Amino acid sequence: MANLRQPDRLTGRSPGVEGSQIFEARNLTKVYHMGEVEVRALRGIDFDLERGELLVLLGASGSGKSTLLNILGGLDIPTSGTVQFLNQDLTAADDAELTRYRRDHVGFVFQFYNLIPSLTARENVALVTDIARDPIRPEEALELVGLGPRIDHFPAQLSGGEQQRVAIARAIAKQPDVLLCDEPTGALDSSTGQLVLKVLKDVNQQLGTATAVITHNAPIAAMADRVVRLHDGTIADVYRNDQPAAPEEIEW
Amino acid sequence: MRVTALNRKLLREAWRARGQMISIALVVACGIMTVVMMRSTSESLAASQIAYYRQYQFADLFASLVRAPTSLAARLGEIEGVAAVDPRVVLEVNLDVPGLDEPAQGRLVSIPPGGPRLNRVHLVEGRFPEANRGDEVVISSAFSNANSLELGATIGAVVNGRWERLRIVGIGMSPEYVYEVSAGQIFPDNRRFGILWMDRTALAAAAGMTGSFNDIAVRLARGANPDAVIDELDRFLEGYGSLGAYDRDRQLSHRILTDELESNRISGTVIPAIFLAVAAFLLHIVLSRLVRTQREQIAVLKAFGYSNIEIGRHFLHFALVAVVIGALVGTGVGTWLGRLLLELYRDFFQFPQLYYRVSWFLVAMAIAVSAGAAVLGALSAVRSAVRLPPAEAMRPEAPTHFRPGLIERSGIGRILSPIGRMIIRSLDRQPMRAALSALAVALAISILLVGSFMFDAVSYMADLQFRTIQREDLTVLFNTPKEASARHDLANLEGVSRVEVFRSVPVRLDAGHRSRQLALTGLGSGSQLRRILDTDLIRYEVAEDGVLLSRMLADIVGVSVGDTLHLKILEGRQPERRLPVAGVVEETLGLNAYMEIGALNRLMREAPTISGAYLRVDERQRTEIFERLKRMPAIAGVAARENVLENFEFQLEQNLLLSMTILVLFAGVIAVGVIYNGARIALSERGRELASLRVLGFTKREIAVILFGEQTTVTALGIPIGFLIGLFFVRAILGAFANENYRIPLVVTSSTYAFAAIVAISAALFAGLLVRRRLNRLDLIEVLKTRE
Repeated sequence: MANLRQPDRLTGRSPGVEGSQIFEARNLTKVYHMGEVEVRALRGIDFDLERGELLVLLGASGSGKSTLLNILGGLDIPTSGTVQFLNQDLTAADDAELTRYRRDHVGFVFQFYNLIPSLTARENVALVTDIARDPIRPEEALELVGLGPRIDHFPAQLSGGEQQRVAIARAIAKQPDVLLCDEPTGALDSSTGQLVLKVLKDVNQQLGTATAVITHNAPIAAMADRVVRLHDGTIADVYRNDQPAAPEEIEW
Repeated sequence: MRVTALNRKLLREAWRARGQMISIALVVACGIMTVVMMRSTSESLAASQIAYYRQYQFADLFASLVRAPTSLAARLGEIEGVAAVDPRVVLEVNLDVPGLDEPAQGRLVSIPPGGPRLNRVHLVEGRFPEANRGDEVVISSAFSNANSLELGATIGAVVNGRWERLRIVGIGMSPEYVYEVSAGQIFPDNRRFGILWMDRTALAAAAGMTGSFNDIAVRLARGANPDAVIDELDRFLEGYGSLGAYDRDRQLSHRILTDELESNRISGTVIPAIFLAVAAFLLHIVLSRLVRTQREQIAVLKAFGYSNIEIGRHFLHFALVAVVIGALVGTGVGTWLGRLLLELYRDFFQFPQLYYRVSWFLVAMAIAVSAGAAVLGALSAVRSAVRLPPAEAMRPEAPTHFRPGLIERSGIGRILSPIGRMIIRSLDRQPMRAALSALAVALAISILLVGSFMFDAVSYMADLQFRTIQREDLTVLFNTPKEASARHDLANLEGVSRVEVFRSVPVRLDAGHRSRQLALTGLGSGSQLRRILDTDLIRYEVAEDGVLLSRMLADIVGVSVGDTLHLKILEGRQPERRLPVAGVVEETLGLNAYMEIGALNRLMREAPTISGAYLRVDERQRTEIFERLKRMPAIAGVAARENVLENFEFQLEQNLLLSMTILVLFAGVIAVGVIYNGARIALSERGRELASLRVLGFTKREIAVILFGEQTTVTALGIPIGFLIGLFFVRAILGAFANENYRIPLVVTSSTYAFAAIVAISAALFAGLLVRRRLNRLDLIEVLKTRE
């Protein structure tokens, strides 16, 4: 893992191997111990994420999709198996290396936005740009998600859809290699949800950021380049959409 | 400097939690204030003492004698190690002070024209007496202030049996009388005792001491051995009725000032240390709980790639904001209060100038301790938050593994309502948290006791001394020992209903190499007006076959019952005697030795002789009795118990009351701050759970009962534990405090306990009201919407 200590080798911007994979996970398992109960969240998963693609991870509650996303994002560590990020091994990284990895390469969008309530929209984005290596300006990021006029509002003054767009702006402002979204529309009504999905799609297309969206909401899969369906900790199904739908066309 | 988003979060959240931040800052401030206030007072007094002594040439050695020719002084000056000798005439006189019913005692001290070389007199106003003017005096400023005596006023005095009128030409003070108290007294009574400086020639003539002196002050040469000089002085003075030369340690003013400085230094160390430690500990608890409520935000910051160090630093700043505010307030207010308290010492100690000193090193230490505690508290919580993988930390804390706890299994649960059970269960499930909260309340209570016990103890001591032990109305002291028949002169005075005589002999007690000089008191057995009681109010009788010692004295000379004491009588031809120790009594005040008066007369090989008497008088005739006594030449002084008590209580209120009030105030602030924070944090820890209960149909009232029920239980647990911890602290302070003048008994009255408990309960109620307001605003929709 010595090479992970040198962040430059992890940029992925000019990978030594001209591979097309951002992530390459092999035989991942994750077991949680909740008191006396053992929960096997992942039971040996192989998973890839390709450059520039928009991937939807579909699964019911408890299928293991959030666990997978957390492991990819360096928020959790697998019980066994390996994850390669741009040919670097994430599973052997220590806490400081994972922190570095998240800071430099990953953008997160959470179901409940997780904005800092005491900071305005702009400041919430600045929270990330302050520590990123090559960020765009917070104002620019908020323009991208269509929130220019509400830039100085506090989370409590924003609707759920607006809050989630702030969260997306915050995730993309660092120009991450990968955008990981955990049920980004889970707390939103369908029209607001559409708007958020459109923003994700636009970002994916304009910036070319590889994006993984997890959802239990099957219709959303229509907008993906590729769909991975999880069931009970295993991959049930993988398929490619040759004609991804526009978010506006999706109804749920 | 660019304000980062993280710093903005810091400032904004500090502002939003300003109630908590302020209360934490106040806890810090009170801890620091106590250190600054008490230490600066004590250091300033010490510095003022040193400066005063140096500037006004306070003597190193002293001796009183009956009479010696002035020519002897020159020979004393030639003793090796002596730098300067100041021979004086000192005379105790009765004074008739305008506006004062009873006679006052004055000490006339001779000064050469222009003032003495040693124990120089600082003139506050006026001038020194002119040469040969026996009717001009400089009076001490304490005496002048207490009796509103101004320049030009006159005082009547019985000097050597003659009635004289003395005109005040100056007001002054001397390092010899920083603490201006007559022999045998512990507390100054500046109305009834004063120093008067008179021209040397005139005073010598008035006292019949022309060409002689009866007192010397000596300044040692640098590097001289004081013991050798004392031995040498004693050898010279032995034939002149000297009671023995002594050093500053036995000089009354210096001794008491030094004892006061010492106990000040100790209390200025122990009490602030306790306050600071308690404040620091509470700060630790409060901050660690505060940070724990931010667990999810910590996880989000981690998810964005903030490192543990950056997050740690963020919360550290959060803690430091409170510490910085507290330190500023604490240092500022502490300095101000220190000055105020120092000024109050002017009631007790006469200094021409008090120099205010603050040891910035100590202040820095106090701030560092507070900051350290805050930092540790915040960091320990941050550490436990960052240790979790962020994915896990972002979820609310896993529901605690539920089982019926100890309390519930004991069967109490069955008799409780469901809400009662919830309260017990939540305390039971987080016993550590409940215990720490209770400990916080307990510590707050304990410092309330530390702040207020002194008042109880001293009041008790005064009550014991002046109402139970001393029951005479007046104490009369003859200027020389009289035949026992002198009692009849007193008994025959109209209005005197009881006379009990006493004999008082100056002695030096020796046991091994330890010795003390004091008065050996002879009392009649079965005395009614002056009883010997120990701290448990058990009465002791004087013995005929030995001496009864107060515990402190027995400890100092290292003897116990049955041992033999060697004593040198410092009167007449100064014979030496051996006496067994007949008993030891636990007394609170002074170093005392008692004997049966007849036995003392036999020991002195004298006919029945008395030094004075205790009188019970008819209250209505008190003034007349005073008038008569004032004019009796044989009487050196009259003291009224009532006056002494009033004076004592006045001093107590002037001095102790203020500093104790400040301490209690600090303790109260700390108590309120801690309890308020406890309730606020409990609310944020339980907010979601309580809101969920609301969703389930619990009323606002019911959830308030749950939250307050926990707080009440914690407070109720904390109070008795606090009493125990408080007593422990008090014992520690008293142990450090005891000196030769008094031993403070461990007395804490039930009203003090009640007071401490009431402050804690009020703080809990106050916090409860504030929290109740927030409880009413709990956002139910938000609870339903977010989190599983």
